[in-house]
Amino acid sequence: MSQRVRTLIFLLPLLGFVGLAGFLYSGLFSDPSKLESVLVGREIPSFELPDLYNPDRTHDQSIVGGRPMLLNVWATWCPTCYAEHTFLNKLREKDVYIIGLNYKDDSRAAAVNWLQDLGDPYQINLFDQSGMLALDLGVYGAPETFVLDADGVVLYRHVGDMNQRVWDDKVAPLYYQARRDVGLPVPDERQAEVK
Amino acid sequence: MRLMSQILTIMGVLLLSGFSLPAAAENANYTFETEAQERQFRQLINELRCPKCQNQSIADSDAPLALDLRERVYQMTKDGASRDEIIDFMRVRYGDFVHYKPPMNATTMVLWWGPGLVLLLGIGTIIYRVRQQRREPDQLSAIEQQRLDELMAEEKQQSDKERRE
Repeated sequence: MSQRVRTLIFLLPLLGFVGLAGFLYSGLFSDPSKLESVLVGREIPSFELPDLYNPDRTHDQSIVGGRPMLLNVWATWCPTCYAEHTFLNKLREKDVYIIGLNYKDDSRAAAVNWLQDLGDPYQINLFDQSGMLALDLGVYGAPETFVLDADGVVLYRHVGDMNQRVWDDKVAPLYYQARRDVGLPVPDERQAEVK
Repeated sequence: MRLMSQILTIMGVLLLSGFSLPAAAENANYTFETEAQERQFRQLINELRCPKCQNQSIADSDAPLALDLRERVYQMTKDGASRDEIIDFMRVRYGDFVHYKPPMNATTMVLWWGPGLVLLLGIGTIIYRVRQQRREPDQLSAIEQQRLDELMAEEKQQSDKERRE
């Protein structure tokens, strides 16, 4: 056996150790509070939930699809939801289609008051008192925002507040690309991001 | 050494005792028809991780989400779902993360096999080296051999001389 092969065999455990250490080290910098969504690339599960404003009216999965949209999970007990609300109102002004999923709120009245005081950025408001749709979506906190394409397939899930940075970096390119894909208008300032 | 073994003993006892805080949540009124169902329920709520709190099982956590998940495990168990069905149900929603024992796949392979592989490589190398050394006894270079012969000759002369005296 040549000297070279022998050196290589001698160095193998060291290489293995360095590789393993590198892998574990990189794990130190991943954010453990952000869980990957298993729903990405799949359709929203079926559901049937009452409207937030009108208890007699129910919505099912047919409200999803037909156009790209955001599904925003929120609650009045969630301080971060308060923080992101202004930005959601801004998106509404830009004609971004958002469905609100009110998640395990203290009461229907509390949620309705919140929207009346702060403005309602949502096209449709779902009232998920038991949190069962949220459970099917794999939601583990609020706020969370799902980006859906025109077929109701999840393109992206963002955990935490929606803000200008998240919108510009992650969500807007996906959302407007999906709009372009089904022939819906894309605003001029977003043209560069879609093809 | 003495202290070390004492520390190890204490650690062992803590490990065996489960080292867990009393689970306030487990006292809720969950009633079952069969003992097997109750066993499955207790086992599962200790094996499923609370996605919100990360280092607690859903039995240990009082987060509202943990409560929901416990309730779901309870309902499914009562409805006759098997252990695997319930774990799969959770996995479809919260990913592999939700079970404390992640399945073997491309991303977890390194964690499952990495340390053992490195250990085996190390042991293998040591065995290889030891065998190599046994097979090839140390050879002296020509100069070293010559010097050794000289020294032995000197030594012999010395002892011969001493004997004569």
